Amino acid sequence: MHKEAAIREPLILGHKTYHDITEDVCRPIEDKAPRMWYILFGIALIIGLYGVGCILYLLGTGIGVWGLNKTVGWAWDITNFVWWVGIGHAGTLISAVLLLFRQKWRMAINRSAEAMTIFAVFMAGMFPLIHMGRLWVGYWTLPLPNQFGSLWVNFNSPLLWDVFAISTYLSVSLIFWYIGLIPDFATIRDRAKKPVAKKMYSILSFGWSGRAKHWNRFELVSLVLAGLATPLVFSVHSIVSFDFATSVIPGWHTTIFPPYFVAGAVFSGFAMVQTLMLIMRKAMSLEAYIHTKHVEYMNIVIMVTGSIVGTAYITELFISWYSGVEYEGYAFMNRATGPYWWAYWSMMTCNVISPQLMWFKKLRRSLLFTFIISIVVNIGMWFERYVIIVTSLHRDYLPSSWSMHFPSHIDIGVYVGTIGLFFVFFLLFARYFPVLALNEVKTILKSSGESFKNAPDHGHTTNESH
Amino acid sequence: MADKVIYAMYGDEEVLKDGAKKLVSRGVKINEVFSPFPIHGIDPIIGIKNTRLGIMAFLYGLTGLTLATIGMRYMMVVDWPMNIGGKPNFSYMQNILAFIPITFEFTVLCAAHGMAISYLLRNKTLPGMPAQNPDPRTTDDKFVMEIRLSENDKFSADELTAMLNETGLIELDQKDIK
Repeated sequence: MHKEAAIREPLILGHKTYHDITEDVCRPIEDKAPRMWYILFGIALIIGLYGVGCILYLLGTGIGVWGLNKTVGWAWDITNFVWWVGIGHAGTLISAVLLLFRQKWRMAINRSAEAMTIFAVFMAGMFPLIHMGRLWVGYWTLPLPNQFGSLWVNFNSPLLWDVFAISTYLSVSLIFWYIGLIPDFATIRDRAKKPVAKKMYSILSFGWSGRAKHWNRFELVSLVLAGLATPLVFSVHSIVSFDFATSVIPGWHTTIFPPYFVAGAVFSGFAMVQTLMLIMRKAMSLEAYIHTKHVEYMNIVIMVTGSIVGTAYITELFISWYSGVEYEGYAFMNRATGPYWWAYWSMMTCNVISPQLMWFKKLRRSLLFTFIISIVVNIGMWFERYVIIVTSLHRDYLPSSWSMHFPSHIDIGVYVGTIGLFFVFFLLFARYFPVLALNEVKTILKSSGESFKNAPDHGHTTNESH
Repeated sequence: MADKVIYAMYGDEEVLKDGAKKLVSRGVKINEVFSPFPIHGIDPIIGIKNTRLGIMAFLYGLTGLTLATIGMRYMMVVDWPMNIGGKPNFSYMQNILAFIPITFEFTVLCAAHGMAISYLLRNKTLPGMPAQNPDPRTTDDKFVMEIRLSENDKFSADELTAMLNETGLIELDQKDIK
C-alpha cells in the first residue's frame, strides 16, 4: 500500500469510509435540489438567454453592432476568446500535469475543474465563430477544397492552427473527462431508485462493471491521455499567442508571448477553480474533501504563475526600450500613460501585486481572502487581454487613423451572456454529475485519509512495492 | 455448458488481496475481481496481463502524424503552392516550421481518440449496455471475487466454499449460469 509521511496534512478529513464517500458525493444528486440552486440557475439562465439574444441580433445584423472600427478591428470578442480559453486551461492542467506528477490532492478537484474547462472552451469557441458574422460558413475553416477552385485553407496561418488546437483540446478534454466519469456514473446507476434516473445513468455509464482488467486498462488510458494532454495544454495557449506574436503590430510582435500566455492561462484558470470550488464545497457540504490544504496548494500555483506573468510584463516593458525600436517603445509608453492607462494599471495591480500577497501563509490559507483574490485575478486577466489587444491597435502607424474603442451594449451583452451560459452548464453539472472523482478519491482514503493516517495500528502492514 | 459461479464479497481490498494470494497459492483459478476502484497489485495475483492499449495509442499517433504530413504536403505544396509575400511553398521541408503545430495537434487528436475508442470497444462498454457487475454494491464499497467451477476441476464447490470462508469474506453467493 502507498505510504505517506505522517507530517503531511491529510487530504480527506474526518472518519470516512468508502461508503461515506459514495454517500457524500451522491447525496446532492439524489436529493431534491436546494432552493438556492433554482435561484442561481434562474439568474444564470436569464443572463445566458440575454446573451443568446444578443448573438442572434449580431448574426442577423452583422458585426457592425459591435464597437469595432477601422483601426480597432479586434476588441472584446478576441479578448473574451482568449480569456475563456485561459480559464479553460486549469482543468486539464490539474488532471493531466498533476497526474503525471502524482499529486494526490488533484483528485478532489479534477472532475469539476475539467467540467469547468470544457464549458469555458465552449464559450471561447463561440467568439471566433460569431466573429465570422456568417456563422453558417464556419465550416470553411476546415481543410475542404473551395468549391470555386482548388484553393485550400492556409496551413501557414496561426488562425488555422488555432482551429486545430482548440478543437483538439476540446475533444480530448471531453474524452478524458468522460472516461473518468464512466465508473462514477456506474456508482450512481447502481444506487438509483427512480426508473428514469436509473435508465439515464445506465446509458451514461456504458455498462461499466469494475472488472480488474477494465481497471487495468482504465489506469493506463488515464495515464496516456494525461501524457498526451500535457503538451496539448501548453501547445494550445502557445498557438493562441501566435495569433498575435506572428503579426507585425508593435506590442504583439514578441517571442515572449507563448510562455507568458501559458502562465497567464494557468494563473486565471486556477483562480476560476478557486472561485467555483469555494462556493461548491460549501453548497454541497464537501468540506471534508476540499479543504484549506487544497486551497493553499492552488494558491501556491497562483502565486508562482502570477510571478511568471509579472516577470513577463516587466521584461516586455524593458525590451521595448532596450530594443531601440521606437514603434515598440511607443506602444508600451502608450499602454502605461495613454488613454487606456487605467486598463494597464488595473492589470498590473490585479495580476502582479495581488498574487504576491500569497507569500503570507495566513493569507493563502484564508478562504475569504482566496475568494476575493480569485475574482481580482480573473478581472486582471481580462484586462491583460484587453490591454494587449486594444491598446496595441488603437494607435497604429498612421496618426490620422488613431481612434478609441468603446464597447456597444451588444459587446457587453455577448460577454455577460457567456458568463451566464457558463454557469448554466456548470450548475447542471453540479446537479446531475458526480462532482468528485469517486473512484479516485477512494484510492487515497487509506493513504491520505485523516482517520487512517492518524491511527497508530491500522493493521495493513503489507509492503508491496509501487 | 452449464457452470456454477461462486461470488465472494469482501469489505476491504486488502483482505481480498490477501485472500486471493492464499487461494492462488493453493491452485485456485480466480476468474474475475470486481471493485469500486482500481486495486493496486491485484493484477499479477489473479494473472491479468498488462494492457497493450499504450502501444495502440502510439500507432494511432503515428497514423495521425502521417496523415497530417501527407495532407498538408498535398494541399500546400502539390495541389496549390500558396504564394504569400512572394514566398511560395515549393517544398514541404523548407516550410516545415509552419506545419509543425497542426502536425502535433493532429497526432494528439488521433492518438487520444483512437485509444479512447479502442478502450471502450475492448471493455465492451458502450452507451446503453446493461450493467455487468454481479452486485450493485461493487461500485460503492464492496469487492467481489468471482470463481468459476469449470475452471477449477480439482476442487468441488464445497471445497472452494470452505477455502473461501477462511479468507475473511463477508458474503458468499452461488449462481448457476448457462
